[in-house]
Parts: sequence; C-alpha cells; structure tokens
Amino acid sequence: MTATTSNSTFRTEMIEARRAPDQRRGVSGWLRANLFSSPLNSVVSIVVILVIARLIWPLLEWAVIDANFIGASRDACTGAGACWAFIGARFDSIIYGFYPEGARWRVDIVFAMLAILVAWLAVPRLPQKKWVALFALVGFPIIAYFLLLGGSFGLEYVPTRAWGGLMLTLTIAVVGIVGSLPIGILLALGRRSQMPFVKAVCVIFIEFWRGVPLITVLFMASVMLPLFVPGNIEFDKLLRALVGIMLFWSAYMAEVIRSGLQAISKGQDEAGKALGLSYWHRMGLIILPQALKLVIPGIVNTFIALFKDTSLVLIIGLLDMLAIIRAGLTDTNWLGFSTEGYVFAALVYWVFCFSMSRYSQYIERRLNTGHKN
Amino acid sequence: MTEATASRPTAGKDTPMVEIDHLNKWYGDFHVLRDINLTVSKGERIVVCGPSGSGKSTMIRCINHLEEHQQGAIAVNGIPMNNDVKRIEQIRRNVGMVFQHFNLFPHLTVLENCCLSQIWVQKKPRAEAEKTAMEYLDRVQIANQAQKYPGQLSGGQQQRVAIARALCMRPEVMLFDEPTSALDPEMIKEVLDVMIELAHEGMTMLCVTHEMGFAKTVADRVIFMDQGQIIEEAPPTEFFNNPRSERTQLFLSQILGH
Repeated sequence: MTATTSNSTFRTEMIEARRAPDQRRGVSGWLRANLFSSPLNSVVSIVVILVIARLIWPLLEWAVIDANFIGASRDACTGAGACWAFIGARFDSIIYGFYPEGARWRVDIVFAMLAILVAWLAVPRLPQKKWVALFALVGFPIIAYFLLLGGSFGLEYVPTRAWGGLMLTLTIAVVGIVGSLPIGILLALGRRSQMPFVKAVCVIFIEFWRGVPLITVLFMASVMLPLFVPGNIEFDKLLRALVGIMLFWSAYMAEVIRSGLQAISKGQDEAGKALGLSYWHRMGLIILPQALKLVIPGIVNTFIALFKDTSLVLIIGLLDMLAIIRAGLTDTNWLGFSTEGYVFAALVYWVFCFSMSRYSQYIERRLNTGHKN
Repeated sequence: MTEATASRPTAGKDTPMVEIDHLNKWYGDFHVLRDINLTVSKGERIVVCGPSGSGKSTMIRCINHLEEHQQGAIAVNGIPMNNDVKRIEQIRRNVGMVFQHFNLFPHLTVLENCCLSQIWVQKKPRAEAEKTAMEYLDRVQIANQAQKYPGQLSGGQQQRVAIARALCMRPEVMLFDEPTSALDPEMIKEVLDVMIELAHEGMTMLCVTHEMGFAKTVADRVIFMDQGQIIEEAPPTEFFNNPRSERTQLFLSQILGH
C-alpha cells in the first residue's frame, strides 16, 4: 500500500473564495431580511412607512413638539399643540381625589407597598414568595385599610367619599381582582359539583350576575340596598360598590375558570383519586394548577375588563380617576382641555392594562412544561 | 404450573386481598357487570382479558371506586367498600392503579409526581418522600429522568414512572388497566419487564391486558370476561391449552391466530 496525495481523498488545489455570508445581524441585516428582501417588498415597505409617518406625525406634533408642558394657569398654553399644563395643575387631584393634603403620605405608602409587593411576586428571582404572598393577601389589606381610612392609631379619619382619583380606581380594581378570582374559582368548582344543592346555588348565582349589566348592579348597590336594610345600619357606599363589582366579576371569572376545568382530562382526576388524594387536594394540587394555566388569557382578559369598568362607578357618585378628570374639565380656569384630559386618562388605563397583558404572556411562557395534551 | 408461580412465596397465600361478591353495575339501562364473584388472595397475580366492552376495565375500576356499583359488595384487605368518602380514600391508599394513558400530572416533574400523594396523603416529610420516590424510580430504571416533566418522556418511560408513582404509596394491591395498549410496540417490553419483576416480588396484581405472553409467564389465574360476565377462570396453562367455553376458544383463536 503506497501513500500518495494525488488520490481523490485529498484536494491538491485551493478552493475558490466563497461569497461573503449574508449580513443577517444588526439593523441593516434585519432591514434587508424583513423589509427590503425584494423590489416589490421594498416598494410596499416604503409606502407603508410613509403612510404611518403621515398618520403619526400630526399626533406627535400635537402631543410633543407643539405642546406646552409646564405652567400654572392657561396662560402657559401658548403652543398650537396640547397643553399638558392642565394635567400638571390637576395632577394631585387626579391621583388622590379629595383626600386631605396632609394625609396623602398615607396613600403614598400604600401605593409604594402595593408596587413593591406586585413586583416581588412578579419577578421570579426574588425569594420567600410564599410569605410575601401571604403578607400581600392578609397583612397588606389590613394595613392599607387602617392607613387609608384612618380614624385609629392617631390617624385622621378620611371618609371614603373623600377618596378619589387614581387611588380610588386602583382600590376598586385591586379589590375586584383579588376578590373575584377566589370567588370565581369556588363558583366554578361548585358548578361542576356532584351535589345538587351546591350546583344549583352556583348556577343561579352565576346566571343572575351575568345576566345583569354592571351599571344596574351599581345602581342596585347604591340606591336599592339601603331600602332593604334597617334604617340604622348604614353601609359605606364604596363598600357596597366594591361588593357589587366583586360579585359581578366573580360570575364571569367562574365561567372562564370552568372552561379551563373542562379542558383537563378526566384521567387526571382519576389518577389523583387512585392515589388516595381528597377532593380539595385533587383540585388544589392537580386540576386547578393546570386549568388556571390554560385560561390565563381569559383570566387576564377579565382583569382588564374589570380594570376599565371601574370607571363606571362615576354614575353612583364615586369620583374615580376618569370622573376627577371630567370634573376638572368644568373648571372655568381650564375650559377647553378635554382632549388632553381624555388622552391622559386613556394613557393611564392603557399602561396598566398593557402591563397586565404582557405579564400574563410572560407567565404563560414560564409555566409551559412542554406538555401538549 | 409455571416456574414463576412455583417460586412465589406462599406465606399468607390464602388471605383474601380483594373480595368481590355478586357485583352488579348498570350504566343507565345497560347492564355492564352481571353478578361478578371474584376473590384474589394475597400475592396472587390475575390477568383479566376479554373483548372490548366486556366490562373488564369497569370491574377493576370498581375495586378502587373509580366506578360506582349498584349491587353487591367489594372488600379490599378486609375493609368493606361503602359510599363514605373517608372509607373510599382509605381503600385507595391500599390500592395502586396504572392507567392506559399513564395519567401523569403534566405540570409536575417526575419526582414531584411520585412525591405528591406521599406528602399530602401519607403526610411524609418531603425529604423522606423524595428518598422513597428515588428508590422506586431507580427500580423502574428511570431515576436519571427524575427532574424532567412527563411531556419530555416517551410513552414507555411515562408508564414506568406511573408504576413507580403507584408503588410509592406501598400499596397492597396493584391494578393495571391495559397498561401497554397505548404504547408503541418497541416500548411494550420495558413496561412488561417492570410488571414481571413486580409479580416476582409477590405483589398482588390484577391486570387487564391483551399481552398473552405476560399472562403465560406470571399469571396464577386468567379470567375471561364477555358481556359483563366472568365466562372462564383458570390457570394460564389450562386456559390457553384447554379452554372450556366456546366463547373463550373463539376469543383465543382471534388473538393468537395471526
């Protein structure tokens, strides 16, 4: 056997230089790949960009370029665009409503605690989730109650009719969200119960609340309920609205969760039974974790609807953020700034709702265990 | 008598583990189980076969009350079944079950699947539960996959995890409901091997299966069911070589004939 380099195993001449690899990374690479990959695509891209620019530009001009941002009165509104000084002037009442100025630090503390708790629970890296969650559900509401309402521990009493603005909006939304989810879970389980009485109660409850418009619920809570209870007992108007909203949305929540429960195969429950797990263990450890994960989009959808519908409380005289902004529009010093007011309100609602939406998508990805059943 | 039966420990052989007495069950008007009588002794291995719809799955599902019966009596390890939830849960703790479609909990890892009922039903500390779980996972040769989710395993691996999960409760009886029917052919053996090993260790087993090789190797008795009745009941050699009823002969010719 003779070794030779002239056989077909080895190449003796150089390979010709290859074409440089396509630039796929970076801005130019992305543009080339996605917007300008062919002459037709390039034309379409340019046309679309022009149209968008045409639409966005006036908005940008109004909202930023020609706008006035700072000022104490309408004299500051000299530009052709928006006058955000209006929002600045009303900012405190948009946030706190008629909450007494000297006590607003209490609201700030509650806001800060809420923000920290939500962030702590939302960021997976932070430790001690169980205790933080327990505090958020038990400790925080008690602290928030005493701080916001006052009347004890030497704090000035602030009746709920002085509450308002974003603070009221968030109070209603958070209580509604935190309350409607567990009630909804219980209703959904009850509706699938084998016990006829439990099932009947849940079905009637759900169908009643789903069949009534929220406005009617709020009217009933504020106008009719006092007619039925003895005169000397007086429920707080906000409390009545909160209970009404919670029950109303829990009915929707129940149906969303029930759709998730029905998607879990019977085998899961049977496997739990065969292992000797009790009903509540099976539901809590096996069925609900899977069912709730499946219906995260529906749950968050309901949360978002709930959040936006808090603005309906203005019809029973509670001044949430939108109501406060509307009230500001009738201020004779600031007539004619309704666009700014509504755009600002929309922006605030959007920021909250969009955050919920994004977080839910993140949670869905995180909980995905690769099981497609 | 096969080798397997001969080598089986005989201690406590006559203690009845599962007693089914005049069991009748209806789905609406349909009479699924007709007057079933069956006693399974401790350590006995029973294979139940029969055409689909013959009530064999329903029968073994009655033993841990996944199905409710209307007439007759069932007792497991001396505990009579009734409709009391506590009593049913007590019986279920003694009875392990393996399903056709594995029914692992997809949101939990393999290890968590095996620990769940130990922690919540037997109230064991987590560390001890995990130790037991790893022991059984090791026995079904899947300990190296303990941190994976069921969705990442093959069918055969999932079924072995399901067997380990049931064994973690240290049951007195194991019920197998067509454990290999949903598996690809090349995965059937790995599951059957685990079941055969279990049988050799003296576990009381009731297997609904069409694996006649398995029946021949490990069964003490083969039960043939049709239309909700037990048609024939015999040791495997007799059952396969010398079936008495015509219906059994027809069934055997259909499943062994090809």
